[in-house]
Amino acid sequence: MSGETLLHIDGQLVRVKAGSSVAAALRVAGGVGVARTSVTGQPRAPFCGMGVCQECRVFIDGRRRLACQTVCAEGMRVETSE
Amino acid sequence: MTLEHCDLLIVGAGPAGMAAAVAAAPSGASIVVIDDNPAPGGQIWRDGPGATLPPAARKWRDALERHANIRVRSGTRVVAAPSRNQLLLEDAERGWRLQWNRLILCTGARELLLPFPGWTLPGVTGAGGLQALIKAGLPVEGERVVIAGSGPLLLAAAATARAAGAKVVRIAEQASFAAVAGFAASLPRWPGKAVQAITLADAQYRTSSRIVSVQGATQVESVRLRQGGREVEIESDRVACGFGLVPNTQLGRMLGCALTPEGIGAQALAVDARQATSLADIYAAGECTGFGGSERALAQGTIAGHAAVGNEGAAKQHERERARWNAFAAQLGRSFALAPAIRQMPQPDTVVCRCEDVPFSALADCSGWTDAKLHRRCGMGACQGRVCGDAAQFLFGWTPPAPRPPLSPARIATLAGLAGPVDVDRQ
Repeated sequence: MSGETLLHIDGQLVRVKAGSSVAAALRVAGGVGVARTSVTGQPRAPFCGMGVCQECRVFIDGRRRLACQTVCAEGMRVETSE
Repeated sequence: MTLEHCDLLIVGAGPAGMAAAVAAAPSGASIVVIDDNPAPGGQIWRDGPGATLPPAARKWRDALERHANIRVRSGTRVVAAPSRNQLLLEDAERGWRLQWNRLILCTGARELLLPFPGWTLPGVTGAGGLQALIKAGLPVEGERVVIAGSGPLLLAAAATARAAGAKVVRIAEQASFAAVAGFAASLPRWPGKAVQAITLADAQYRTSSRIVSVQGATQVESVRLRQGGREVEIESDRVACGFGLVPNTQLGRMLGCALTPEGIGAQALAVDARQATSLADIYAAGECTGFGGSERALAQGTIAGHAAVGNEGAAKQHERERARWNAFAAQLGRSFALAPAIRQMPQPDTVVCRCEDVPFSALADCSGWTDAKLHRRCGMGACQGRVCGDAAQFLFGWTPPAPRPPLSPARIATLAGLAGPVDVDRQ
């Protein structure tokens, strides 16, 4: 894996190492990588890192997916959720 | 909706699943391996821009690729079991049904993640979770990291974080010095593990230490720890917590496989000497049958793979190796048993169910898991009680009932496949 991938997170252009997960890209985009807002309005970021906790669910190209289990692809559009 | 067929379906492409597929392949059976991660290897051999795959992982991956009768489907989840020998699957693009003659469950384990004040703050992750995120490219260079919980995974996570440029400022192990020393003293029985332990030794390691709380306005700023008899507060940017592993038995339970008898710790899928579960045609291998590391998973997977294609003789040859690693697993379990004080971590306002934001105080008077679910919405969110269900089992002794489909959140188009392949195709 070499090179870089460019994707959009909430409209912002983000550059990551090729092969990075969307969870990593959330952090690269700035802050601590918040993925969603909880039902009482708290910010939540990737937690289990392995597809169990669902805290990193975001919209990727219009579909709700887990950021920790999705590899960044060129031109991907990611929207943080709720 | 498409209906595909295979002789042998293996769920999970970690060490157990890889070994099972490779053992079964010479039989000529058509084999499908599905896994929800982007690449085979499981958690221990997770690939990515921040990972360095050990030679063993490469070897098994190459072996998978060498066999034309093994098809690996990464990024694929199990949604349901529409009929006795079929699973409904989903990937990023589509849903489909897969019919199998033999099934091997290699669904692994997940971390036991327990609630404490501040555990929902961004910057708090699982210990194995942090490792996985770093391997997948999470930048942690220059960050101060505290790792807390129990078990050798804490040291492994610390090593990964440090290699990625983080400053590991504390590793807090809840087990006593005597317990950890006893474990270390037993390691010469497993020489490979002893070498590993030496390479992971760490000056920031403290025993009889547990997390009290994490502070921060919008993200982690500091961690309070109880070390022996005193409390210390450490400035930190990131906290990784893991309290051991819980066998991932969801799919096995949904299919009706029996669990091991209730004892100390989480229950696992019950298997016999051939790695067969209580159901004919369904085998299980690796951490879903109890945690014990990759070597045990490889031995079990090899036995399951041979047994599933009827090669009992070859299966038998790996029994000694399995026994050796079973003994290691037992030693691990004894040494890092969680102290009762860990149950005192949550405060009344500590969120237990992270999906529905249910606080500890709302659960204290519940009669059991179903009551908590129906009346407090605990476990009703997207993770379907995988995090808070394990926590509640540990904190209150509640046993969640067998999971019902859908096993993971799925798209409507996939769920429509439950109506039957023919019905859906007509639409």
